[in-house]
This record gives sequence, structure tokens and C-alpha cells, in this order.
Amino acid sequence: MKVTYYPGCSLEGTARDYADSIHAVCSSFGIELEEVPDWNCCGATAAHSINHKAGVELPVRNLKLAATVANSEMLVPCPLCFNRLKTAVWQLGGESSTRFQAEVGSRAPRIWDLANYFAGEEMLRKMEAAVTKPLEKLKVVCYYGCMASRPPEITGAADHENPQSLDLIVKALGATSLAWPYKTDCCGASLMISRPDMGYRLVGKLYDMALRVGAEAVVVSCQMCQSNLDMYQDKIEAEMGRRFSLPIIYFTELIGLACGVPGAEGWLSRHFTDPLPLLRRTGIAY
Amino acid sequence: MQQTGLSPDFTFLERVEAAGPFHATECFQCRKCTNGCPASFAMDLFPDQVIRLALLGQKQEVLSSQTIWVCAACETCSTRCPNGVRIAELMDHLKEMAVKEGVPSPQPQVLALHQSFLENVRLTGRVFEGALLPVFLLRSGQMRSKIEKGTWRDEARLGWKLLRKKRLSLLPTVIKGRGEISAILRPSK
Repeated sequence: MKVTYYPGCSLEGTARDYADSIHAVCSSFGIELEEVPDWNCCGATAAHSINHKAGVELPVRNLKLAATVANSEMLVPCPLCFNRLKTAVWQLGGESSTRFQAEVGSRAPRIWDLANYFAGEEMLRKMEAAVTKPLEKLKVVCYYGCMASRPPEITGAADHENPQSLDLIVKALGATSLAWPYKTDCCGASLMISRPDMGYRLVGKLYDMALRVGAEAVVVSCQMCQSNLDMYQDKIEAEMGRRFSLPIIYFTELIGLACGVPGAEGWLSRHFTDPLPLLRRTGIAY
Repeated sequence: MQQTGLSPDFTFLERVEAAGPFHATECFQCRKCTNGCPASFAMDLFPDQVIRLALLGQKQEVLSSQTIWVCAACETCSTRCPNGVRIAELMDHLKEMAVKEGVPSPQPQVLALHQSFLENVRLTGRVFEGALLPVFLLRSGQMRSKIEKGTWRDEARLGWKLLRKKRLSLLPTVIKGRGEISAILRPSK
């Protein structure tokens, strides 16, 4: 099956591990990804913060380009890109508005947050059937962050205070997803660079709670959350004077591990907080 | 009437709402926004106070506040507001207004990161992460202090580690529609 794919800028750089896992997992499930031709940056936080007009026009260009590809669905792995694309649709008055029809056209694909796409009933059943190495000993918390859920009138999220997509996926793979209260709390996003003190505090709180509920790893679908929780973990540990050693794993990497998709250990070796000791301990990796 | 020393700008809210609407007048001060805000610890005004001051025409207080710049745009406030006030979107608009009107940001690093990011996108059409951090450090004036203190090594180490793990490109991707992107981003300063 062919679907349109909007990777977003980080998937060409710091989130290449995520990108590689998505390509491998999709191909193993017979999903052919067709990239939006000549796509551009969605503008991210920078545009919507200080240049509202660009914050809409940048994603609108992507919507127009996506409408030239003959697929009815478009997968977006980055929740911020997803959010900005959906916001642009909303700003144009919604898919059925005359303005949207005039600017983007009637062939615009349905925009999917990647985790939600994989958490659809049919995909879950396919995944369950494809599991060759159930992750039975693994206890995780699912961390969704902000942008795939909020605001719900734009994202269309079914349960924005307690989303389920990642939990359903993790369970389908045989792992335990623990209940915790910080599923949709903010990681600080780009404040990690401009106000590291704020980022450290927000992320430190997440680690603390994840450990308190007994998690051994955090499962994410957002590359911004992943980099904030993974890349700065040693610095935050030094700052807070305690060890967390919490691997931050993309859900697609878990699918790869459980369903025996080749390459999984290569993606995981690119993380800063090494997940391999945990995966060996729980019999998932050798 | 007693002299208060306040000089409310009664057209402020009207001008703000014209760019929205953000529905600020619907606020009944329940403070749900403030109570759920993850960034409130770094704010000088709480989100409900920003709304209140905007209603009272206190333009300078609002535009020069830390709050609008340390807001993480997590959308928790807008989502939970019982009256549909689009608080996070209002914070964005206030930032843009502050920049346009030349009100200096009390969080220059936050503004510098946004500007460096958009400049980066304007040149190639996509973010080139390899240049983003160095340009931001130069722009925010942190490069010098980092060199003096020797903390530049932390950034260099991070960059090296990303490179070694093949998570950093050395060359940017330049899209064909680069001209369209620079036209979209031209007016930003």
C-alpha cells in the first residue's frame, strides 16, 4: 500500500535513527512511503512564535505539494510538523472550506500522526501477528508530549489528556506499559537550547516520575521529546546529582525489535543513553 | 478621581483581537491556565495575569514580560480553558507584536534562537541543524562567554558525538522551491 510521507527536517539529521526505523518497519508491513516532493520546513516553534504569517504559509506550501501526490493518506512522524500542518488546515477554514479547496485543492490527503496510524485496529492486529520476540519482560512508560494531542480541535485527538496510541502499540508487542501522570506534560521543546535551566527542570521531573512508577525505559513518538530526554540526560543527572539511566526509545524501534525487523540494533546504537544493557537484561537484544 | 499613575491603552485589546480572535474578553479569571502551566515557575506574570492586564490595556507590562518568552507553547492552557480563550496563541501574537514594536525581549536567547532558526530555513528551505547551534550562539552573544569560560567544549562535544553517531549532516539540503520560502520569510526581522 502506498502512502504519502512528510518526514520533517530533524528526520534528516538528529532523528535519523527514527527515520531509519520508520522506513524499515513500514517496508516490513508492506507500507510504501512516497515522500512529498520538494517539501519544506513547517516553520516549527520559531515561525508561530514571531512570524504568524510564515507559520501558516510554510505548511500550506507542503499541503499543496502533498495534494499533487495521488495517495489518500499522509503519515507525519514529527508531532510538531503534524501540529503545524493541521493548524494550517484549520487556519484555512478546514478541508471542506472554499478557501482550502481553492488554495490546496480537493486531492489533499488525510494527515496522520504516525503513532495514531500504527495504533489503528488493523495495524495493531498485523503487528500482533508479526511479533516474533514478545517484549514480555520490558516495563515502560509511554510519553506523548504536547503536539500530537493539543489543542484537540486542531489535532482531532480522541483523548488529549490520556492518549492511548503508544500504550496500545507497546501492549501489542507484549511489553508492559505502566500508568503514569506525565504522559502529555511538556519537555520544554526548544527551551532546552535557549533556556537549558528550564528544560532540565521539566525533563528532570519526567525522569523522576518514570522511575517512581517502575519504568525501565520511556517510549516516545516525538523526535524533539526524544532528543531532549536522551541527549541531555547525563547533564541533567549531573545537575540533579542522581542517576536515571533511562533509555528513550522510539515506538518504531520497539516494533522493529519485537517483529524482528533487520537493523533495530543499529538504530538504537545511535542513542546517547545506551538502551542495549536494558534490552540484553530483558532478553530482547543479545 | 485619584491619580493612579497607570496609562491604559484602550485600543490595545482591540488591535490584539483583530489578529485573532483570541477571545480574551471571555476570561473569568478561574486560573485553570496558570495552575496547569508547566512553565509558570519561570514567569514574572502568570498567564491569567497576562490576560487580565491585556484587558486593562496595560500594553507595556504585557509586551515587556518574561512570560510571553518563556511560554513553551505546549497548548495546555488553551486546551483546558473553559471559555475557549486561545491563551498560547495570544502569547505568540504578543511576542510578534513586541518584536515589531521594538520592545526588547527580556529573554534575548529565546528570541535569538527563533531568529536563527528562521534565517536558517530562509536560506535553504529546510532546517540545517549543523549551522543552527553555532549561529544561535553567535547571535545570542553566548559564543564569547563560552570561549572565555571554556564551556564551548560542551557544545563541541555534543556536535562531535552527533556526528560520530551519524545524526548530523555536514551539508544542508537545498530545496528547489527555496525562492518561495525566502519570499514567505522575507519580512521577518
